[in-house]
Amino acid sequence: MTAPLLEVSGLTMRFGGLVAVDGVGLTAQTGAITALIGPNGAGKTTIFNCLTGFYRPTAGRLLLRHPDQGEIELQRLPGYQVARHGVVRTFQNIRLFPRMTVLENLMVAQHVELMPKSGFSVAGLLGLAGWRAAENAAIDRARFWIERLDLTAVADEEAGNLSYGMQRRVEIARAMSTRPLLLCLDEPAAGLNPRETAALGQLLLGIRQEFGIGILLIEHDMSLIMGISDRIHVVEYGRKIAEGTPAEIRSDERVIKAYLGEPEEEEMPAEVAQDLAQDLSQETRP
Amino acid sequence: MDSAVALGTFLQHLINGLTLGAIYGLIAIGYTMVYGIIRMINFAHGEIYMIGAFVGVTGFTLLSAAGVGSVALGLLAVLVVSILFTAAYGWTVERVAYRPLRGAPKLAPLISAIGMSILLQNYVMLTQGARPKPLQPVLVGGLTLWRGENFDLSISYIQLFIMLLTLVLMLGFTQLIQRTPLGRAQRACEQDRTMAALLGINVDRTISLTFVMGASLAAVAGVLVTMYYGVIDFFIGFLAGMKAFTAAVLGGIGSLPGAMLGGVLIGLIEAFFTGYVSGAYKDVAAFSVLILVLVLRPTGLLGRPDIEKV
Repeated sequence: MTAPLLEVSGLTMRFGGLVAVDGVGLTAQTGAITALIGPNGAGKTTIFNCLTGFYRPTAGRLLLRHPDQGEIELQRLPGYQVARHGVVRTFQNIRLFPRMTVLENLMVAQHVELMPKSGFSVAGLLGLAGWRAAENAAIDRARFWIERLDLTAVADEEAGNLSYGMQRRVEIARAMSTRPLLLCLDEPAAGLNPRETAALGQLLLGIRQEFGIGILLIEHDMSLIMGISDRIHVVEYGRKIAEGTPAEIRSDERVIKAYLGEPEEEEMPAEVAQDLAQDLSQETRP
Repeated sequence: MDSAVALGTFLQHLINGLTLGAIYGLIAIGYTMVYGIIRMINFAHGEIYMIGAFVGVTGFTLLSAAGVGSVALGLLAVLVVSILFTAAYGWTVERVAYRPLRGAPKLAPLISAIGMSILLQNYVMLTQGARPKPLQPVLVGGLTLWRGENFDLSISYIQLFIMLLTLVLMLGFTQLIQRTPLGRAQRACEQDRTMAALLGINVDRTISLTFVMGASLAAVAGVLVTMYYGVIDFFIGFLAGMKAFTAAVLGGIGSLPGAMLGGVLIGLIEAFFTGYVSGAYKDVAAFSVLILVLVLRPTGLLGRPDIEKV
């Protein structure tokens, strides 16, 4: 096995007296789906926040092996540089640019590449030929993901007006438009119905196979996790309690005790249910 | 005949009002863009415009001392130099007075802005003197559009120049915001700064560039106003700034077309009020509009109401 794309070691995040993440180590391979599971409040999202430059970890090392730029310690980069090195994320509560169209959302994601090519927008303003080519290539890439995620009909709609399920897809399309090395998804199936969840699973498998990128996934939907993950890390109370393949995790006693055995697993928060209902009514409209 | 004169007078006020409105619009864009991206009223923006005007006067004076005869060349040189200097001031103000307060409560940068405004005023007063600075006319002459018995409808070349340049700049700016990566980044930062950073956008730099762009337009307004009125002093930024701010609120703060529309409307209100009612109370008219807008339509003419989704 090659050296992992991402190697997290000794990651600790303290908020005052609260230790949200305590010495967690995990790895993510390129071309593999790595899942991060654990009960609510276990520290999964905090790990994501450290990884993507949202938080500066109290201690620990987040090593990214960039194919072109060598080994990069993500915790040392300013926030906006993390995405520039190929680590991009989505949010549990969707964060699109609501008053921009779907296409524009995907164009913003390609800003880093377009900015120098547009002569810092001067050439863009003058409409020079070299810039046009770069802009068109970016539009093509955006269109590719729009089609791939079945958003063609709403490409020119403001993202804030779309249904919940569609907004989730726009988030993934936007993240993929940055051409990431590592795609971090924070509960991408939250609020999706079983049919949409299954489609999401197929999509992620397709992305992994076709683009060979690493996918790091936080999720509560066990059928999705067990169905598509190559490797699963389990955290509880900020500590990692297990790691393994889906089959190993399924039979791990600590995991069963900490997580899978919990009876309220199927509970759905009221607002999620409401969004789902709204979503369904919009999608069945002729 | 009387009705012809009345129409002619009306058109003359219209021309004067549009000229004035163009200048207010240019300044208002700086307020509205900065508000859009960091939700703060940059009260030092009027002073930035005043500095633009001072660089303009200095430039024109130097050029005429050096014996540069070409008006077009001189104008271009002065505009470019003024934009460069003023943009540097705009950038510095943000860097020194606002960026360190990025995470602070909203009142802190506001007070910092007022402080910056007083500082810049006094700095210019001390270095340039408190007396008004006159300028020899740069563009003279004009077109007579209609000649009546005891009334001429005319538009001066400088008025024409102000309106045309403003139109070009506003079209260019709209293009910049709508179609270029920088404009997209600015809009993205407006809507969700954190998410923009997570997509690799350098938010601090985008904010700096917003200040630079606003200051550049204010510099142009400063040079134009100098040429139009022929005299400036260190205090012109206050009133012009307040009116441009009114324009931005009238159009809907945060909205670029709103700032342009608001600027033109304030200019027209002033010109017509001066023409038909009283020149002494034109400022009262302009600020009454601000109060009316705040009471009747707080989001402005083109502003989007902030609807909280629950």
